[in-house]
Amino acid sequence: MTTIAAFKEVCTGFMSLLTGMRITLGQFFKPIITVQYPRQTLKMPARFRGHIRLVLDPETGKSRCTACKLCERACPSTCIAVDGAKLEGQKTKSVTDYRLNFTNCSLCGACVEACPFDAIEFSKEYNVVAFTRDAFDKMDLVQLLAARREAWTQNRPPEAPPAQLAPTPAPPPAAAPSPAGQPQTPA
Amino acid sequence: MIAQKEAPPAGPSGGAPQETFVLNLGPQHPAAHGVLRILMTMDGEWITRAEPVIGYIHRMHEKMGENRTWAKFLPNTSRIDYLSAMHYTHAFVGAVERAAKIEVPARAEYIRVITSELNRIASHMVWWGALLSDLGGLTPFLYAFDDRELILDLFEGICGARLTYCYYRFGGLCNDVDDDFLKGARAFVKHMPPRLKMYRDLVTDNIILRKRLTGIGPISADMCRRYGATGPVIRGAGVAYDVRKVEPYSAYPQFDFKIPVYPECDSMARYLVRMDEMEQSLRIVEQALDSLPAGPVMGKVPRVLKLPPGDYSYAVEAARGRFMVRIVSDGKDIPYRVRLRTPSFSNLSLFEEASRGMILPDALAMLGSLDLVIPDIDR
Amino acid sequence: MSAIVQNLLGPGWPWVRLLLYLAGIGAFVGANAAYLVLAERKIAGRIQRRPGPNEAGFGGWMQPFADVGKLFAKQMMIPPGTDRLLYCLAPLMVMAPPLICLTVIPYGENLVARNVDVGLLLVFSFGSINVMALMLAGWASRNKFAIISSARVVSQNVAYEIPMLLVVITLLMATGTLNLNEIVGQQGGWFWNWNFFRVWVNPLMPVTFVIFFICMLAETNRAPFDMAEAESELVAGAFTEYGGMGFGVFFMAEYANIVVGCSIATVLFFGGWQSPFVVLSGPVFGPLWFMVKLYALVFTVMWVRWTFPRTQFYNLLNLSWKILIPISLFTLLLTGAMMKLPLLLHHLF
Repeated sequence: MTTIAAFKEVCTGFMSLLTGMRITLGQFFKPIITVQYPRQTLKMPARFRGHIRLVLDPETGKSRCTACKLCERACPSTCIAVDGAKLEGQKTKSVTDYRLNFTNCSLCGACVEACPFDAIEFSKEYNVVAFTRDAFDKMDLVQLLAARREAWTQNRPPEAPPAQLAPTPAPPPAAAPSPAGQPQTPA
Repeated sequence: MIAQKEAPPAGPSGGAPQETFVLNLGPQHPAAHGVLRILMTMDGEWITRAEPVIGYIHRMHEKMGENRTWAKFLPNTSRIDYLSAMHYTHAFVGAVERAAKIEVPARAEYIRVITSELNRIASHMVWWGALLSDLGGLTPFLYAFDDRELILDLFEGICGARLTYCYYRFGGLCNDVDDDFLKGARAFVKHMPPRLKMYRDLVTDNIILRKRLTGIGPISADMCRRYGATGPVIRGAGVAYDVRKVEPYSAYPQFDFKIPVYPECDSMARYLVRMDEMEQSLRIVEQALDSLPAGPVMGKVPRVLKLPPGDYSYAVEAARGRFMVRIVSDGKDIPYRVRLRTPSFSNLSLFEEASRGMILPDALAMLGSLDLVIPDIDR
Repeated sequence: MSAIVQNLLGPGWPWVRLLLYLAGIGAFVGANAAYLVLAERKIAGRIQRRPGPNEAGFGGWMQPFADVGKLFAKQMMIPPGTDRLLYCLAPLMVMAPPLICLTVIPYGENLVARNVDVGLLLVFSFGSINVMALMLAGWASRNKFAIISSARVVSQNVAYEIPMLLVVITLLMATGTLNLNEIVGQQGGWFWNWNFFRVWVNPLMPVTFVIFFICMLAETNRAPFDMAEAESELVAGAFTEYGGMGFGVFFMAEYANIVVGCSIATVLFFGGWQSPFVVLSGPVFGPLWFMVKLYALVFTVMWVRWTFPRTQFYNLLNLSWKILIPISLFTLLLTGAMMKLPLLLHHLF
């Protein structure tokens, strides 16, 4: 390398360093884009795949599940165990026990697709926290449904739960997408 | 600059045998990208032999394929290389469709191309950030993730997952894209070029990065062929090998795009290939969005899928190179064999030969330029 | 005020004064180390478009206390097979030089612990001990990564002492004194009297500063020259085997060294405690100006770190031997020529 070329390289190299520093300084003065998680949370899109839960039929306030066990069969991780019984005065079976082993679940959604009655849906819950392991590997969906039924009975007539996997427009992202979705401050 | 080919410095005078030591890099090392372990026989900072030890995250994906139905293997495909999950699902779905002669609607194919290319960009962004953090610059990682977030948000909107999408189905897609996705994808295509220019100014043109990558870790086309290295590694060695062009699949023949090729064979060439690929992917996404046909996204698929006996394969260009699924069916609803040809495995194999006589940081820079995903190696 | 105390204490005053300064410097170094870590994390956060630590205390202001508390709570562990004496000695050795160096830095017109005539010499001679400490830490740890790191530290520091000293000699030729307070005193008046802008002494003065700054980064092992602690190559380099407060001391020393380096740069190039515009000077504003300049430089150091990737080792040495040393030699010659040329012309004609 000739001296001139070397000198040129030093100059262009130094300029490239200054360019880099200009860019990072520009970013330094721009607003923060991260979501301050416990204080702000993201709204999950309509198709978000959380753990599955039983659909609460807005008319009857009960599950639509007939314990046909198609979901059990469709599950690649064998993490679903359904049990049903024919209650008095009913033509079809209804679910009595729906256990999800969430530690094995790969959230693939095969069960939701397999269900002929739209009886299971994805929950939007992504903060699944518990103190015991049983809360995850023996997740009792019937019991979770019962908890939701209480809320349902209190404020009837309730809003219809969103239809699953229908091509309804999902709320985010907007046309000029904010990188981390839209932070929402909980009310 | 110290050339790689130069012999390591001679031992103490008198020709005494050189003292070497073994440096155990990984499986818990900041540059190991997960759980890769490299046994390095070092002479000072010079590598005399670097032996990758793999298998720390072996999850038996191939074996799992043999004891579950075709559809039940789908979630596995997005977990082999979690950074380009779309491509991997595409290959498996494609192989089954080829075997069962399932027609895929045009709209589904176009959406597959769009999502695959967006996934490629997302994957290259992770690589870009990870390479830079290997080289000690941590800020680009965050910038890349900033942009990658946009893609992940789009994917989350259409399939509900941010990483393990499981979006494709035999015969199409699990659900159609919505207007938000199309709008978001268009916004992303517009959003990216200025960002790519920023990447270029901040990193690509940076003298420190150029000095660290130019001429470092030469991998010749011949070496790539011997080890089966594909993807940006072979394209950085001057060979225009890209499955999308060589064995066209899906809707790719309908789009106009270039295969970036750099003949320098060094880490910088591989770097530039990936940077250019992001631009080309944006071009493909734009074209596909412009010509997206209407119609269903799911073809006719039998309720119980039984493939005719035979041996089928389907290759895609994943972000790291050629990913091929080879399935052998004996007519049952469960595969006889699922063979996964993963690009990272081949790309890692040449590390031992290529890193001989290199200095440690250069070897790590080269390792970064190979863009390895460890679960993809071990699978 | 000080005069009254001075009279009161009589002959004991110099000792009291020294003790006061030592306590002051100790507090200064401690506060700096603690809060520069926070500042660095905040700056890194802002550059990366995130807020940085903001949970401990008011917007993260208690973070240093939390960090130090955590480090103190950790077990001091000496790994088996280490050289125990050297292993324990290294953190002490790494902390001592910056403390000593700060005694001769003039923070204000009369605010200097020891107004030594060879202040600059003292700074550079003690500054070199830093290398020894890192080398010992690496060597005593009995860890392969640490050994590689200490080998790197030594050759890096040797390579960068030379251009740094050449640059300093250039400045000394212009100033004619090693006393830091006098050097600052010469740069009074408007800001164009600062050495950085004194292009009539040497037209390459800004280049000289850039060389000094690069060398300072290299000497303090800061990114992009953080070969010693290249976390993606050598895990934590020489500090790999240190935990708890042992590691904490190395961490503090890094920031103390940055403060020393930036103080020297402020004194040599940016007029120390001098006001840039004649007004607003004096014993109150002097230290303020010094701090403003000092922290502007410290910010630049951090800004550089969060912008660039790490250099490669031989590029680092190439930069020193092939670029910085020739240029600094050239500036040295140029300064000499420019100073002596009028004299020579006077003699000839």
